[in-house]
Amino acid sequence: MSDTTLVDTIICAASAAWRHDGEVLATGIGMVPRLAASLAKLTCNPDLMLTDSEAWLVAEPVPVGPRGEYRIRRETHMGFARIFDNVWGGKRHAMVGPTQVDRYGQANISMIGADHRKPKTQMLGVRGFPGNSMNHANSFFVPNHGTKVFVEGEVDMVASAGYNPARLARGWGFDDIDIRLLLTNLCVMDFGGPSRQVRLRSLHAGVTAEQVQQATGFPVHVPADVAATAAPTAGQLELLARLDPHGLRAAALGA
Amino acid sequence: MNKLITASDVVAQLRDGMTIGIGGWGPRRKPMTFIREILRSPLRDLTVVSYGGADVGMLCAAGKIRKLVFAFVSLDFIPLEPYFRRARQSGSIEVMEIDEGLLMLGLKAAAMRTPFIPTRVGLGTDVLRHSPAIKLVDSPYDDRQWVAMPALPLDVALLHVDRADARGVCQVKGPDLYMDDLYARAAARTYVTADELVEAEAFGQGDEARYVFWERAQTTGVVHAPCGAHPTSCAPLYGFDVKHLKEYAASAKEPGGWAQYCERYVACGEEEYLRRVGGEAVVRKLPLPVF
Repeated sequence: MSDTTLVDTIICAASAAWRHDGEVLATGIGMVPRLAASLAKLTCNPDLMLTDSEAWLVAEPVPVGPRGEYRIRRETHMGFARIFDNVWGGKRHAMVGPTQVDRYGQANISMIGADHRKPKTQMLGVRGFPGNSMNHANSFFVPNHGTKVFVEGEVDMVASAGYNPARLARGWGFDDIDIRLLLTNLCVMDFGGPSRQVRLRSLHAGVTAEQVQQATGFPVHVPADVAATAAPTAGQLELLARLDPHGLRAAALGA
Repeated sequence: MNKLITASDVVAQLRDGMTIGIGGWGPRRKPMTFIREILRSPLRDLTVVSYGGADVGMLCAAGKIRKLVFAFVSLDFIPLEPYFRRARQSGSIEVMEIDEGLLMLGLKAAAMRTPFIPTRVGLGTDVLRHSPAIKLVDSPYDDRQWVAMPALPLDVALLHVDRADARGVCQVKGPDLYMDDLYARAAARTYVTADELVEAEAFGQGDEARYVFWERAQTTGVVHAPCGAHPTSCAPLYGFDVKHLKEYAASAKEPGGWAQYCERYVACGEEEYLRRVGGEAVVRKLPLPVF
């Protein structure tokens, strides 16, 4: 599969994450998640709310890259303070790109290393991950499925909470956490295995379940029948060409 | 009341070890005139509270920070702030690393003069493990434990606004206030740099007063600083200076790069700084960022 075909397949599979969400804020951080959220609004869930990635809710998705004559269609002011009002109310489903994810769905964008006082590699910081994880649905996009991302133990800094019983505060349960899809360059996974184990949902063309397991630092539940990830439809590709008029997504897998 | 003051007089009032809140967000509307003035001063051991960008990076580079309260430090189009990374990876600063919303709640609690605000944010994460000062509390109303985000009271808040008058009425017309109003309310003293100084009557025109987000009683002093947010943005007046921020970030890769940056852009003083980055007319034409 060429990289362009693969990235389009992933975007289309990712857009399905929002299908049954109703009227929520769809936030896609990074090229693939943002195009997926935009595509979802134009296809499977027109009720979604999107932002311009700055300070406004917009009536239609904003194309990525240089805009030329395009003017955004503002709908509602949405500065950062109001983003948190929305997050804490729970009406949001974010798709983000963590650097590490573990078997519990705990995710990290903060730092790499064993000592928080002196990280081996400092990254962004936890940003809004802690709040997102305890307030609304979250999906993850990983462009480079491997054991460096899907780590064997716990992530180095638990920035977003996952299905880890050892870390639940009194009175809280797994139903307070809502991790949906894990989309990678190899497959689509979720937490639908026994006791919220990571489960393989579909494989991209040419990828085997064994490959996925080898590239994952913890056991993946593989059902008897695993579907192939659906190829994009002509309609979806047409919409993607409008949402990404400069073809920027071709480089989104870091090839 | 006349609250006009110079940036150097503001910084002369700051003391080693103070807790300083810095307004703005990443590369946006940072009070950089104040930051450069702090770089020129002997101040040290500061506790800094910030949605961090080049403000935090430069203070790290100059060794001004003892402790940082943060959720991220980023220049956005340059995701990883080089001098902040270096400070972290050498273990030279103490940190309280919290969620963006927790930082907001900490400021809000200080502004409300309450010791904490209960929230679910932070549960299940290492934010609690690495900051044992953040406690879980029982609720008087249900059987769950909640995060008690402690108030983050500030000795001083430093902010940049579009315009202000001499009494401390401040206006921000950009599409996002960030948390500047909470910084102003969480601080014992709040100093602003203003791109434009106006007469009090300006706020009586049309909808101008709708862009005033805190009362003048929250503003201690006003400094007139045209382009005072440069190289960060002050929408709608100017965008961030991509070229300058790239030059700043690249300096971290050169031996002695920070000293050279300081020599060229800090030691010279604000008037010469503005000339060296192209002058007011050029800064005001910097395009607004598009994402």
